[in-house]
Amino acid sequence: MPQDELQSRDLGRRFDYAAAFTAGLLDPDRAPPDAVSGPNGKAAIKRYAVYRNNVTVSLIDALAASFPATLRITGPDFFRAMARFHVRETPPSSPLLFEYGRDFPDFIERYEYAQSMPWLADVARMERAWLDAYHAADAEPLASGALASIPPERLADTVFVPHPATRAMRSRYPVVTIFAANRSDGPVGRIEAGDPEDALVTRPGLEVFVRHLPPGGAVFLDRLMAGEPLGAAAAAAFAERAEFDLAANIAGLLQAGAFTAAHQEDEHDEP
Amino acid sequence: MNGLAAPSRMSKTSRFPAHPVAGLAGTSFKHEHLPAILGDDPKGGFFEVHAENYMGAGGPPHDALTKIRRDYPVSLHGVCMSIGGPRLLDKAHLGRFKALVDRYEPALVSEHLAWSTHDTTYYNDLLPLPYTHATVSRVADHIDEVQGTIGRPILLENPSTYVLFPASTMSETDFIRELVRRTGCGLLLDVNNVFVSATNHGFSALSYLADFPLQNVGEIHLAGHAAQEDDEGDLLLIDSHDGPVADAVWKLFDVVIGRCGPLPTLIEWDSAIPDWPVLKAETAAAQAILDRHADSLFGKAHAAG
Ligand SMILES: [Fe+2]
Repeated sequence: MPQDELQSRDLGRRFDYAAAFTAGLLDPDRAPPDAVSGPNGKAAIKRYAVYRNNVTVSLIDALAASFPATLRITGPDFFRAMARFHVRETPPSSPLLFEYGRDFPDFIERYEYAQSMPWLADVARMERAWLDAYHAADAEPLASGALASIPPERLADTVFVPHPATRAMRSRYPVVTIFAANRSDGPVGRIEAGDPEDALVTRPGLEVFVRHLPPGGAVFLDRLMAGEPLGAAAAAAFAERAEFDLAANIAGLLQAGAFTAAHQEDEHDEP
Repeated sequence: MNGLAAPSRMSKTSRFPAHPVAGLAGTSFKHEHLPAILGDDPKGGFFEVHAENYMGAGGPPHDALTKIRRDYPVSLHGVCMSIGGPRLLDKAHLGRFKALVDRYEPALVSEHLAWSTHDTTYYNDLLPLPYTHATVSRVADHIDEVQGTIGRPILLENPSTYVLFPASTMSETDFIRELVRRTGCGLLLDVNNVFVSATNHGFSALSYLADFPLQNVGEIHLAGHAAQEDDEGDLLLIDSHDGPVADAVWKLFDVVIGRCGPLPTLIEWDSAIPDWPVLKAETAAAQAILDRHADSLFGKAHAAG
């Protein structure tokens, strides 16, 4: 064991102030730690509560910033109550707050009071995908006309490299419509039951785009992103949806900037 | 004032202009102000960013910071290194911090005398520590590790606190002085934090400043605070960064600059963020105080010469 770690453990044994201090940070029913006080023997209940409040409120604020459409749909009181439960159950494990909230959609799906809004978890998934695309690495997308240079007989073997920001998402609800209505500044009408919508999230430049994928488009994109050649991905899409339109799908993906490169399957034999 | 604030990296090819920060007032950079800032002419002052907000791979945050850095000095302010914690530093986080220092060549680099991560949980607040001989060694090791990794000294910021540790055996100013002695780090003196802690713990802000190693200060923070009550019904100030700088803090700032000369000074405004002109006016108020002391220093030197 490195000397460093031995010293750390030794210090920890002597007085692990961090363990003592954090024990009650996410638990409003716990008394302040014995290790702290106010000045001149003053109590530390309200004083410790400042830290507890900072932690909880700032993390709720972080979720509110990352999931604005979810917040707009539920209203702030509902959202903050829901977020508070999630913060206490699953606080962040990374200091990068834009990474926080990966488990929030699943939490929403289970959350008792959100059961009347079954689409809400998918809206949150869409917002999470949007944020990942926002922070993804920058890359030049493959030009729309890139396939023109590939001989027709080789197209089926073509493999695509996904852009770092590209995400495919499938939903049983009209998630793109609901997301778009609640991320814009305009007034939002009632959420109507509608057809399921699969979504494509891309960020070819600085702006994140969310598009509705046509029938079979999600499985097609999933397979391409997994590294399958165009022919196999198209076959999987046809198998799922007979009306799958290969030409329209591939043109739509290229135009959206979903890929950074295309090459023949046998040209690259990387391990 | 001191040699710590500005790094010398003459051998390296710079991606950005040098943009010296000496004697300037600046403010926290908020993404929503970018269009207004880019439209400003003439350009003056500097911007401070929270390092963690720029630790994603790409996208608009890096684009914005690149534009800001081209036109202004930038101060890179780390919020969650947990330098004041008992555990080993997070090597991955330290690596990300170094990458930002290398990429943006900031005029100032700072972190907090506090901690925010314990075991696997990140608490997103600046949490306090006891001041003892054991913790001073540990914190000094952490500062050494950060400075060794990024290849330059950092400015360490004094905290605002709401509780005390009866186990403490050193005053905060002695603790900070010892860290400077052991690590060679500089200091970021947050005058609002001094005022908040002094009020909360019943000591005099002026005597704290008299004990503080002012000769090692490379940057000043000013911010607004909010008021609550403690268990005994006495005033408890909260370091909320959500409003204008209080009059009492401006007065303390004047005293500090009178002793130290015009140091880079930042207005921190992190929530309830106002429109750009409001923030700019607050920065101009700080700049006026810096300029007044610069003039009187110059006047003295001139008279002496
Ligand atoms: Fe500060």
